[in-house]
Amino acid sequence: MNQESALTYSKVNHDIIRMLDKPTVKWWSLFIFDLAVLAFGLFCFLYQVYTGLGVAGYRHPVFWAVYITNFVFWVGIAHSGTLISAILYLFRARFRMSIYRISEAMTVFAVLTAGLFPIIHLGRPWSFYWLLPYPNQRELWVNFRSPLLWDVFAVGTYLTVSSIFFFVGMIPDIAAIRDRVKEIPRKIIYTILSLGWKGSTWEWGHYTRAYFYFAAFATPLVISVHSVVSWDFAMSNVPGWHSTIFPPYFVAGAIFSGLAMVITLVVPIRKIFHLEQFITIANFEGMAKMIILTSLIVTYAYVVEFFMAWYSGNPYEWGQFMYRAKGDYALFYWIMIFCNSVVPLLLWFKKVRTNIKALFIISLFINIGMWFERFNIIVISLSHDFEPGGWGLYRVSWVELGVTAGSFAWFFMFFLLFIKILPALSISEIKEILPAPTREAKAR
Amino acid sequence: MIKEQGVFGIFSYIDSTVQAIKKLREADFKNLRVFSPFPSHEIEEALERRESIVRFFTLTGATLGALCGLTLTILTSLDWPIRTSAKPIVSLPPFMIFVFELTVLFGSLATLLGLLINSRLRRNAPRIMYDPRFSEDKFGIAVVCKIEDIRKVEEILKLSGADEIQFEGI
Repeated sequence: MNQESALTYSKVNHDIIRMLDKPTVKWWSLFIFDLAVLAFGLFCFLYQVYTGLGVAGYRHPVFWAVYITNFVFWVGIAHSGTLISAILYLFRARFRMSIYRISEAMTVFAVLTAGLFPIIHLGRPWSFYWLLPYPNQRELWVNFRSPLLWDVFAVGTYLTVSSIFFFVGMIPDIAAIRDRVKEIPRKIIYTILSLGWKGSTWEWGHYTRAYFYFAAFATPLVISVHSVVSWDFAMSNVPGWHSTIFPPYFVAGAIFSGLAMVITLVVPIRKIFHLEQFITIANFEGMAKMIILTSLIVTYAYVVEFFMAWYSGNPYEWGQFMYRAKGDYALFYWIMIFCNSVVPLLLWFKKVRTNIKALFIISLFINIGMWFERFNIIVISLSHDFEPGGWGLYRVSWVELGVTAGSFAWFFMFFLLFIKILPALSISEIKEILPAPTREAKAR
Repeated sequence: MIKEQGVFGIFSYIDSTVQAIKKLREADFKNLRVFSPFPSHEIEEALERRESIVRFFTLTGATLGALCGLTLTILTSLDWPIRTSAKPIVSLPPFMIFVFELTVLFGSLATLLGLLINSRLRRNAPRIMYDPRFSEDKFGIAVVCKIEDIRKVEEILKLSGADEIQFEGI
């Protein structure tokens, strides 16, 4: 709190709005590199559209692979944003204040990335709108009993609600930028975006109430979205997928991976923009503690999956899990266990969880581990189901890797633009946690 | 548009602002607009504002969303009835997912609408009775009053500790 008390309201405005100064050469080089990777990803996708899905490494029996892995991975990343912005808001957790805007931005951009993958995965991506229920000449309606349609509604709602939440939360801060910037084009843009916000009690009254309802809606929504994503798998009878623990297992995994991604993003931003006064060690420690909790839940799920496969006496289920640990993809399985269950144990030590470098490295391990978790669930289960004659190996193709790299570039492109255009930290909420200036305190 | 007339005080301290609000209200000046860089409970209590009606928008939107979810899934299933996996045509458990998602979607959109309508946003940049420092570190009270009351209001604001006093439309 000592660091916080050195802050004044003016300094908060100054330091956060300063982040929007003209981009440096480093920023431009990073942005151009990012666009180059994105262009390569786009090329891979167009090549796939032109040539056919065969170039995506799909071979019998594996017809869901890296693209669906990426979809689940990015939806998962999106989750901790809402956790930090909505759930921790309802619980009045003060450590969320300085990091929630970045994690909300991460949520919106991650959902934008995730939403691309089911379309990339389609043989005829231009027909994706057939998934939407609309009156058409054939009088056909979508199948509301299909988990894939549940996805469309869940992810669509999540994108809309998290975007509203993100934008509404920024209105007072955009007004603060509007009042500070002088150059004409920027002034006009921020004036339009601030919707004429004046900071009157009248506005704040409605705003805080609306914000509370957004948070109250987003909380069950975030749980529903990853539960629905898990049902994409759990509703089928493929060994390794058909499990009732999937929803809580996926939700915990999503929060786990999302928190790791928040750390991966926040550490460099904090260093580059010298935000040490705003994003303190206590913020990181709070996230590290949540990572320990979610890592334990995920590890518990890994163990329970094995236990249930054994206890059920189902030879296909048991065969699948033995194959995961000892079969052709065992390396990926053990990478997942190492990254998600072993490495986070280091966070039990206060010295580690208060060390920014260590946290950053651990977060990278978790990102990798959680990507492989989804890969293992999807690809290994499909490679080794009921009939030994139908088993087969999957090999990733360069096209899939290119599209995956492109998806990371797509995500980081939004992020790079965000930190230069919009306030990456919440100006008004940081002021809320600072002691309000009083005449009494001044007199003392 | 008729320009409003009134007195406008700028404060550095929250306690002075709250004190000024109380004194103005005691002197029967009820048409106050208070500005602050963040939401403040003290100011809200001093103004004795009623609770926001955004909640009714939320409730209406959410109810409408739930009804839409139910009617969309049930009516479209009945419109083209194909039995799959021996499940009933109207399979309520999976339909509940749509009911939930649309409740949240419509509820959130209605809340946004409620916020935009009630807080009277979507207007141009504030020109009158506003100071850019309100989004930084100052608090403000704008008192809309008759010309004959202006001196009285000015005195209350000054005594409560206003840093600056400005006059609008006079």
